[in-house]
Amino acid sequence: MGWLPAAASTYAADLDAIFYVILAITGVIFVGVEVTLLFFVIKYRGREGRKAAYIEGSNKAEVIWTLTPALIIVGIAIASQLVWSRVKNPENFPTGALELRIEGRQFAWGITYPGIDGILGTEDDFTKYGELHVPVDRPVSFELTSADVIHSFFVPEFRIKQDAVPGLITRAWFEATRVGEYELACAELCGVAHTLMKAKVIVHPQAEFDTWVAEQSAAS
Amino acid sequence: MMATAEAAIGDLAHAHHEERSFIRTYIFSTDHKIIGIQFLFSSLFFLLVGGLMAALIRWQLGFPGEAVPGGDVISLKFYNALVTMHGTVMVFYAVMPLLVGAFANFLIPLKIGAPDMAFPRLNMVSFWLFLSAGIVAMSSLWVEGGAAGSGWTAYPPLSGVGSYTGASLGQQLWIISIVIFGASSLLGSVNYITTVINMRAPGMTLFRMPLSIWAIFITAILALLAVPVLAAAVIMLLFDQVLGTTFFLPADGGQPLLWQHLFWFFGHPEVYILILPAMGIVSDILANGSRKPVFGYHSMVYAIITIAFLGWIVWGHHMFQSGMNPLLGTTFMISTMAIAIPSAIKVFNWLGTMWRGNIRFHTPMLMAIGFVALFTVGGLSGIFMASAAVDIFIHDTYFIVAHIHYVLFGGSLMAAFAAIYFWFPKMFGRMMSETWGKVHFALTFITYNLAFFPMHLLGMGGHMRRIADPTQYEFLRPLQPINKFITISVFLLLLAQLPFVINFFWSMFKGRKAPLNPWQDNGLEWTIPSPAPHGNFAVAPTVYRGPYEYSSPDVEEDFLPQNVPLKGGAEASA
Repeated sequence: MGWLPAAASTYAADLDAIFYVILAITGVIFVGVEVTLLFFVIKYRGREGRKAAYIEGSNKAEVIWTLTPALIIVGIAIASQLVWSRVKNPENFPTGALELRIEGRQFAWGITYPGIDGILGTEDDFTKYGELHVPVDRPVSFELTSADVIHSFFVPEFRIKQDAVPGLITRAWFEATRVGEYELACAELCGVAHTLMKAKVIVHPQAEFDTWVAEQSAAS
Repeated sequence: MMATAEAAIGDLAHAHHEERSFIRTYIFSTDHKIIGIQFLFSSLFFLLVGGLMAALIRWQLGFPGEAVPGGDVISLKFYNALVTMHGTVMVFYAVMPLLVGAFANFLIPLKIGAPDMAFPRLNMVSFWLFLSAGIVAMSSLWVEGGAAGSGWTAYPPLSGVGSYTGASLGQQLWIISIVIFGASSLLGSVNYITTVINMRAPGMTLFRMPLSIWAIFITAILALLAVPVLAAAVIMLLFDQVLGTTFFLPADGGQPLLWQHLFWFFGHPEVYILILPAMGIVSDILANGSRKPVFGYHSMVYAIITIAFLGWIVWGHHMFQSGMNPLLGTTFMISTMAIAIPSAIKVFNWLGTMWRGNIRFHTPMLMAIGFVALFTVGGLSGIFMASAAVDIFIHDTYFIVAHIHYVLFGGSLMAAFAAIYFWFPKMFGRMMSETWGKVHFALTFITYNLAFFPMHLLGMGGHMRRIADPTQYEFLRPLQPINKFITISVFLLLLAQLPFVINFFWSMFKGRKAPLNPWQDNGLEWTIPSPAPHGNFAVAPTVYRGPYEYSSPDVEEDFLPQNVPLKGGAEASA
């Protein structure tokens, strides 16, 4: 099933797995309900001289179709919670990550890199608009905020989405698993040119990334 | 001379009186039936407006940057206005007044055996406030800067500072329209609640009420509690815009997320305000069409109440990715998932109602069956979003657009169509054409699915909602054929409404005269002439049983109206 974009981050496959589990469960229920509906429509179509069965309900049936969905959703909730917590709870963020600061503004993404020393807030930091460069196979953790309205950081292949809220610093992370170019989109309506608010994401091998940082630091 | 003058004055007075009488009867009417019909006409008009806006939105998405046939290219700014106003019009001025305005008004007194609403004048005021709100919202399309462009959810700071969208006045008019709408909704809710509690006919106990009335009753309570929160929030937003306060603006410590909490604290109950009456109406019609009692009537009532209660503690699922504390995400995920349980109960009970029935496929029944088929899709797709983990990816994509349209169009609107076909004879004394009704159903059901089902695929592809030009993104370009397909399907879906419009107006004047009880229904409304006279019941009816005694073994016919005493039975003495 190729409907989801290619998975290119460490947790993408976990999200997809839950997606497909829910798809399978809801798919079975969907087919079950619709087929039953169609079957009843045909089987119990009205005929002259026939009377419907006088049935007011069944407590047993009510109990069955209360408990069954309850059990299913408990399962889905537990599975979801494990992934949710891993992706979004700052306590579970990976250590040793490349630290970035990302700011959305109408209608661009500004990414601040820590420079050669690898530490944000020092003199060799530099900011690039419209391009997010990251190394492959290394966690990237970032502070996300906005200069004006709410934007949303969305890289489909990484399965990451996090709103950038002005006046609030949220933290998020991802670890790219495949070298290549991707797109960073804004997923929250942010004004007239919302549809144009995008940036390139370039995932480099570590050595190439280091070279790029050195070049940028020298240039700035 | 004197005599002539007197006569003239007399004539004038007479003419004046006649005019007043017409105005009092049809315009500033206090009769709940007329008010219901007024809501019906205005909400159908707004439905048309919202539909045409959808057509423009779809044109831009299917053929980005190409001029609309016979018009201009849709600018990015106008696109945002369209997206905002489509949502606003559909939620506040089409679907909600259609179900909660038109049918709540029309049905409550007729179905509980009351002469009118508890507060007929408030009722009239409620309608005129509603219409004014709609006109204010519409007028914003023509003001300088255009209509609001921050989505129907109006997230600040985007909605709080005019320069962010370029639509200052439009956004303010949007806010004012919502405030007026809120006042209208409150008056309506107070009226519905009071009427249901105080004005039921003798014998109409709460557990003999039709599920349509139960649902409307619970919905009114939801609206009474939810709408003031929205009204308060939009007034704060207005202050941010014009008075320089910073409730929602980060300067001086305001909180953009506070708006989202307030908005969705209203917004999620609002979703149930839009679907519960539909569920109630569908339950009534499925029982009638299946000629069987509603399966598990009591559990259906409890499911309505449970959904309404849970509706208050799930708003955070709209905010999983908003920057809200992720631990709260867990809480809201659990409460949201819990809603699947009463929803599932309802779907299974509808199937149970049809099981071993003797189904009559009249148009309202077809629409009700369509509702069950489509609501099931919308309910199930909700589970994806309820999973906070999966939501990381599909939040703010076309997956949610598909979901909401399956619930609000496939669900609420299908039920509204069912209700229109079912109670049209009660409103106008004439039947709508069954043949054209069935054509309308078939075309709508097919084109509806062609239009909205593929949106799930767009969402799975990552297609963001509210973007004006998907071809800007490499990863969305392969999906463009789907966008084109959806656009064409939406045009067909709109065309499929033509049989309905023609049937509606033609039948109003030329339709077959309605018999007393055209659907052989058990409801009290079918025991009096159609259209029902002012004051409804000549004699207050006595109710002997619940509304779903179809195919009862006690009588030969397959229906047993609520007000008919059983011959020789103990009830007959009542």
